[in-house]
Amino acid sequence: MGTLLQVSGVSVRFGGVVALNDVSFKVEQGEFTSLIGPNGAGKTTLLRVITGTVAPQSARVSLSGRDVTRLPTNRRARLGLAMTHQIVRPFHSMTLLDNVALAAGHQRIDRVLLAMGSFDRREERRRARELLETVGIAELAEKSVVGQPLGVLKRLEVARALALEPKLLLLDEPLAGLNHVEAARLADTVVAINRKGMTVVMIEHNLGEVLRISQRLVVLDNGSKIGDGKPEEVMRDPAVRAAYIGKEEHHAAP
Amino acid sequence: MGVYEISLGTVIGINIILAVGLNMITGFCGQISLGHAAFYGIGAYAAAITAKAGLPLPLALLTGLILTGLVGIIVGLTSLRVREDFLAITTMGVGFLFLGIVRQQEALGGELGVSAIPGHGMGKLGFFLFVILLAALATAFSLLIKRSWMGFAFDAVADDEDTARLLSVDVAAYKLAAFALGTALAGLAGGLYAYFARLIVPDDFGFITSITILSMVAVGGIGSVFGVLISTVILTLMPEFFRFVSDYKLLIYGALLFAVMRFAPDGLAGFARDLFRRLHPKGNGG
Repeated sequence: MGTLLQVSGVSVRFGGVVALNDVSFKVEQGEFTSLIGPNGAGKTTLLRVITGTVAPQSARVSLSGRDVTRLPTNRRARLGLAMTHQIVRPFHSMTLLDNVALAAGHQRIDRVLLAMGSFDRREERRRARELLETVGIAELAEKSVVGQPLGVLKRLEVARALALEPKLLLLDEPLAGLNHVEAARLADTVVAINRKGMTVVMIEHNLGEVLRISQRLVVLDNGSKIGDGKPEEVMRDPAVRAAYIGKEEHHAAP
Repeated sequence: MGVYEISLGTVIGINIILAVGLNMITGFCGQISLGHAAFYGIGAYAAAITAKAGLPLPLALLTGLILTGLVGIIVGLTSLRVREDFLAITTMGVGFLFLGIVRQQEALGGELGVSAIPGHGMGKLGFFLFVILLAALATAFSLLIKRSWMGFAFDAVADDEDTARLLSVDVAAYKLAAFALGTALAGLAGGLYAYFARLIVPDDFGFITSITILSMVAVGGIGSVFGVLISTVILTLMPEFFRFVSDYKLLIYGALLFAVMRFAPDGLAGFARDLFRRLHPKGNGG
């Protein structure tokens, strides 16, 4: 055990808007953490700072004790950070299998010149098929991603991220847009992956599933962290209830 | 084969090398270039000058190829900063910059270009076969790249470079590799053209040439090597058989480019694939 991810002092401004204000949190090895908060709280931005796709005004990100703050996204991915998109982004020119196989070949594509001289995709495709099986869409492996239903593409995002053999899996609303049955099934899949040892940080609005599967909650509101701890304790906190649940009601009845 | 057919065949071979090269940049890696003729020109001038300085043909061609590839990497650096429409404008600018510089250089012959380039000494038929051999090698090389893990990573960059980055693809390195390879091939084609024409002028490498090469790639089906081969042959022969095509080249190629982008973005290759699917409804197609 030990701390896998340590994020400290993250501040991000987009123009005059403060997206994140001095947010710090850490993730222990093997933990299942959910990142929750109202829309616009800065959850996705926080994950993007961790992967390096958003440049923060200030931040320190370290993975397994190594400072990765100055590394580009692809180097962080190489060191064990994988993220899925809230809005699915499959490679449209490829089959489901090849979407995953590309990521499974991360060592082959590491050096451009070596990639030029290597041709065999069999091992990576075999591995990709296993991962598609893990998320339950192996029967669609040879199909094009174009026209696949959202439930399939959400699973594909997870399989593709796993193919990187990450130390930390960041999931951005993996359940959004799925119906109850699909959401519960994918949530179970993610839990099973976590139980096998994968550390997971998940952004999710589906509170029912979040409380069912998370070991820890981190709550953001308006760019600041307002809660961090065991789910039941965090949800009892009046500040969290006011900010999070109060606003949700407000959204429901304008 | 008569002299006319042989020289037409040589031009087709040179155009194939150009189109296959641009296809690596635009087709495989998804980086648009409206200035490919500039690289063609750099190769031509480099080979012409080194040939006149007394270097033998293989070394002159190699000089053109390497020098052009290096300039290609420098221009490729812009593709790391700008994307799509802006990259199109930037590469177009590179094309005009090349013309502007070459026209002003006395050492490069200014408007009159470089003349009296040494002969290749292979005879017309021999040179034709040499060009066709190189075109075949360039094509085979590009098919090999397509099948390699490099080609696989190019697919990812062309589809969605942000996602590629998240999946650990070093997008910058792959873009530069595509520019280096594609422009080096243009440099080779330029060297061959210098030996073929034995007189080169700046206008040989102008915007019309860039658009012509891009049309060959787009009409063939961006990314498809065989589609590009076929459309290169057709588009090279068209102005020969129809005088008006030659007179209104920019207009016709521009219209063709627009029509393909608007109505058949996958070009001839996509058209053939659809046809195949329709004829064999149970097959999986391409």
